[in-house]
Amino acid sequence: MLEVSGITQIFGGVTALDNVSFSIAKGNITGVIGPNGAGKTTLFNIITGIYSQTAGTVTLEGKNVSGFPPERLARLAMVRTFQNIELFGGMTVLENVMVGMHTRSSSGLLACALKMPWTISEERRIRDGAMKWLEFTGIVDLADHLAGSLPFGKGRLLEIARALAVEPRIVLMDEPAAGLNSQETLGLAQLIKRIRDLGITVVLVEHDMELVMDICDRIVVLNLGRKLAEGTPREIQESPEVISAYLGDDD
Amino acid sequence: MAKPIRSGSDAMKRDFLLFIGFSVLVMLAPQYFRGGYMMNVLVFVGINTMLAIALNLLLGYAGQISLGHAGFFGLGAYLSGIMTTTFSLNPWLAMPLAAVAVGSLAFLIGFPVLKLKGHYLAMATLGLGIIFFIIFNETYEWTGGPSGLSGIPYLELGGISFNSDVKSYYLIWGFTLAVMLFALNLASSRVGRALRAVHDSEVAAQVLGVNARLLKVQIFALSALLSSIAGSLYAHTMTFISPTSFGFNFSIELLTMVVIGGLGSIYGSFLGAALLTLLPEILRGANDYDIIIYGGLLMVMVMYMPGGLVRGIPALFRKLAGRKGGVDHA
Repeated sequence: MLEVSGITQIFGGVTALDNVSFSIAKGNITGVIGPNGAGKTTLFNIITGIYSQTAGTVTLEGKNVSGFPPERLARLAMVRTFQNIELFGGMTVLENVMVGMHTRSSSGLLACALKMPWTISEERRIRDGAMKWLEFTGIVDLADHLAGSLPFGKGRLLEIARALAVEPRIVLMDEPAAGLNSQETLGLAQLIKRIRDLGITVVLVEHDMELVMDICDRIVVLNLGRKLAEGTPREIQESPEVISAYLGDDD
Repeated sequence: MAKPIRSGSDAMKRDFLLFIGFSVLVMLAPQYFRGGYMMNVLVFVGINTMLAIALNLLLGYAGQISLGHAGFFGLGAYLSGIMTTTFSLNPWLAMPLAAVAVGSLAFLIGFPVLKLKGHYLAMATLGLGIIFFIIFNETYEWTGGPSGLSGIPYLELGGISFNSDVKSYYLIWGFTLAVMLFALNLASSRVGRALRAVHDSEVAAQVLGVNARLLKVQIFALSALLSSIAGSLYAHTMTFISPTSFGFNFSIELLTMVVIGGLGSIYGSFLGAALLTLLPEILRGANDYDIIIYGGLLMVMVMYMPGGLVRGIPALFRKLAGRKGGVDHA
């Protein structure tokens, strides 16, 4: 599904990522974990086209997508969410999700401004599709609220609904549980599993170990810009390197 | 409290009725203002409304500033003026030719310029406006330089020449209503949502598949194209143009109209354009103090109606209604 190979990122004189390689299988939930400063978010930003890497390649479904801008990756059915949710605050919840349907609709600027007949039926399709994802994430009753007025937990669900509206084959979530209370985190775990059950591959960067161990099929551990370990949750929990990276060495 | 607009078709119906109501008022207005002078002022309200809407699409929706829009307005006016005088072209042909030329030019300029953000974009567009202003002044053989270009023909349709105040009024407002409808449609569409998304979070819009860079350039070109049409109409209504109408001051005035009226509201652009066009006429009685009162009023409005007239006036009414009922929602 997704393969990163030899990813290296140097900011000024600092090596943020050093020759990181791994691959993600289709239909899995994969967690990327590591102590603060391990390079997780940098890696996400490279995979999703926000940064361009110093070296290495990203391959999506067999296609080299290194250096593709985010909007092109969206058309290849890859989408992401952000740690500090990036909502369109001045728009309603429903409108936010309708923007998610952008790549699944095609009316151009002139056709929209002249309200050509086909734009009206497309608009209805966009609205219905967006409502479907609001129902899926359980925030349909907030459809007409301004996104900027939502509590953080609901905002997180909206961001996920909006990403799903792209109809992605792979979703990358940057710390989806950050800022959520324990109740909301439980709901999130269920939601992520339901997303996988739709056949969508999920990759998440996460600090909440309980969540990661509960829902992930595979885990990749980064430390100081290098890949430290890779395996099932059980293998990772028992790995001496991982334990020493998190808890420190004895000596 | 905003009413729920879940179904979408309700909102569409409401928007449609509002536009029809507004159009009827516009069409009836000449019945009340029989005086030729007032008709003349309302012609300017129409032209300024078109320009404010054009700028609002860029600033209020896409969130990109331009301090050079008077330049596009002037370019449309001069291209139309030169084509119809020097080259004796039909004005109905000159107007779309000018619009396409100005739109294409803005499209090309837009790619490098709209890479800039915030203050830098403001400076770049400011420079652009100044360059156009210098060109209008310096290319005497084409534009007549500072003394202007005269003898521009009126528009004609089916043997009727739009050469009187009332006829000009209907011509200009016909176009203004068309531009309004065009902008209202755009604002409530897929593309309008993408524009507002780019405004609120460019990176999130890109992640969802919006080509933000291209969209910004497209809307910049559209905005310039609409400004050019307003410029052509201005030239063919006034029959005389000179560079002073298209300088930096007018770019700032347009910006003020958009902000005072309400960013991201098409009707707000009309309110802003109407206020800023009518205010100097109303204040004419105050002799030398008019500029001070004008400036003071604008300051007070920006301070107490930060969302612009279109949001501030309803809020004011609600407040007054609340007082009358004896309940004061602080």
